[in-house]
Amino acid sequence: MPADSNAAAWIKARAPAWQALAAEAASAPKRSRATPDEALRTMQTYRTLARNLASARQLLPDSFLTTALEKAYATLHMAIGRPPRFGRARLLTLFRDDIPAAAASVRVTTLWIAALLVVSTFAGWWLVTTYPALVSIIASDRMIDGVEHRHLWTDQLFSVAPPGFLSARIFSNNVVVTLGAFCSGILFGLGTFYMISFNGLMLGGLLAFTHQFGLAHGLIRFILAHGPVELSVICLAGAAGTALGESLIRPRLASRAESLRRRSAELGPLLIACALLLFGSGLIEGFISPNPRFSIPFRLAVGLGYWTLMLLLLSGRLFPTKIFRTASMSSASSARLSSR
Amino acid sequence: MVSSGCDRSQALLSEPTITAKLAASRSVPAHSVATDELTVRGLTGVDMTLTVAGPGTRSYAFVVDWHIRVLGVLAWVLLGAMLRQMFPVSAGGKLTSNPIMLALMVGAGLTYFLYHPVLELAMRGRTPGKRIAGVRIVTVEGEMPGAGALLTRNLFRLIDSLPSFYLLGLVCCFVTRQSVRIGDMAGGTLLVLEAEDSASSLGRLSALLERSSLPPETLKLVQDLLARWKALQKPQRLILARTLLARIEPQRDAAALAALDEASLRALLENHVAR
Repeated sequence: MPADSNAAAWIKARAPAWQALAAEAASAPKRSRATPDEALRTMQTYRTLARNLASARQLLPDSFLTTALEKAYATLHMAIGRPPRFGRARLLTLFRDDIPAAAASVRVTTLWIAALLVVSTFAGWWLVTTYPALVSIIASDRMIDGVEHRHLWTDQLFSVAPPGFLSARIFSNNVVVTLGAFCSGILFGLGTFYMISFNGLMLGGLLAFTHQFGLAHGLIRFILAHGPVELSVICLAGAAGTALGESLIRPRLASRAESLRRRSAELGPLLIACALLLFGSGLIEGFISPNPRFSIPFRLAVGLGYWTLMLLLLSGRLFPTKIFRTASMSSASSARLSSR
Repeated sequence: MVSSGCDRSQALLSEPTITAKLAASRSVPAHSVATDELTVRGLTGVDMTLTVAGPGTRSYAFVVDWHIRVLGVLAWVLLGAMLRQMFPVSAGGKLTSNPIMLALMVGAGLTYFLYHPVLELAMRGRTPGKRIAGVRIVTVEGEMPGAGALLTRNLFRLIDSLPSFYLLGLVCCFVTRQSVRIGDMAGGTLLVLEAEDSASSLGRLSALLERSSLPPETLKLVQDLLARWKALQKPQRLILARTLLARIEPQRDAAALAALDEASLRALLENHVAR
């Protein structure tokens, strides 16, 4: 039959070329870096495979050969669409552009979340002052017992564990709270509101409880150095979580899934900033906060200084545009070229 | 026996039947169960179809990875026990005050919690478990996911693992069209069955097509039959070999074909592949 003979002739003519294409399709995904010649060869192979696949679909629909061509084409498609390496240029873009943009997109929400935290802190204070028994919900028996004997649980932290271990534990705990505040935003923002309110209630309740025994100033002294950034980061993560919930309630794109995906990608850099800030905060909380040798002015200076650094990072002023723009753009374009 | 096999081979001449029989004789692994397909438009305008991995495949990959994680943590713990014997903690001293023990504890924690994000980043959307299960992570555009997408999908393990044992994630996989968990929705990723030897299969097939005069479908069937020759039961492989030869060589007498023994049938088929 003409169609069959056409197909057979076409296969015979193309078979030698397919072996070369198959070799290129096998090696391209394994290359960590590609020279311009290799990149061009890969693109050429991709185009040739596409043409052959289109012909195969016409001549031999649902055949093994068409399937093999399609799979090789898909493999090459993945290799070509591989994102660039996370190099120096990408890192600069992240800190200079992406983080400030993400922070700016949730600026108003952050203020609302901060207000929620403040309100719930006052609510926690009022609740524990009015109903002292409620403190058992937010504090362990050991903590309550210690405060009743005029000892803050933070007093013993420095002698219980080395600062490094303490920092690591605090950092991991804070990261879980922060990421939890963000991720729970997927429950249409309600999970985030719950986490922020609960943290505020805890903070207010513990302050009220320690105040009843004249230890509130000790607690404030403890949180002075790391608290400003830690609480701000929780608010930022809460705002990001709320934005995530909003993307589901009021999708900006065609579907909720697409809207969620886009918003997650936009807010991802902010979470990286949060994690980095919490790392520094954990170090301060492990090395400075529990150490009685550090005075209040020093703690205040550390707290305000770190908070200012956070503001600079979030506003993009930590990496001025004029200095880094040219260098990062040129290296970004070369990185893109080498990855393709 | 031989003649009855030949009669049956006449009845099995149609190719779809042969294909179905070969497929039925193949032991289908659990990870080949797919629930959906993803059609992606390529950069050239020619589209391609990727097979989306179902909840079973995902669970299989996860269980393999989980075992590797646990083994990794156990290795750290064993190392810690050995070091504790060599450098005993002073009386009254805390375990965490020993820097070696501290490093081991942190190492064990990092091994368990950073296994997925680190390996997925390093292996470009795969982990050892995914590799064994034959799946990989791709974006909804069918491309390799970037660091942001991979980190986001791992971040949402916090939610997917709720209330315990990844129940929420598993339920999501069952109810969503592309069998994705919440992390995948947020990261814009999904798991597809990997065409691992796709390029080499094209290479092999094209090499065979260049040598052989058989049409590609028949050639693939012959190749499959020869590859699984020993795995098939003897009567079954004889029937299939005679059926294929009857199709390839219609001029050959059916009785003569039925009289051929196993070695001759195999030699004839190999000859067709090599020719």
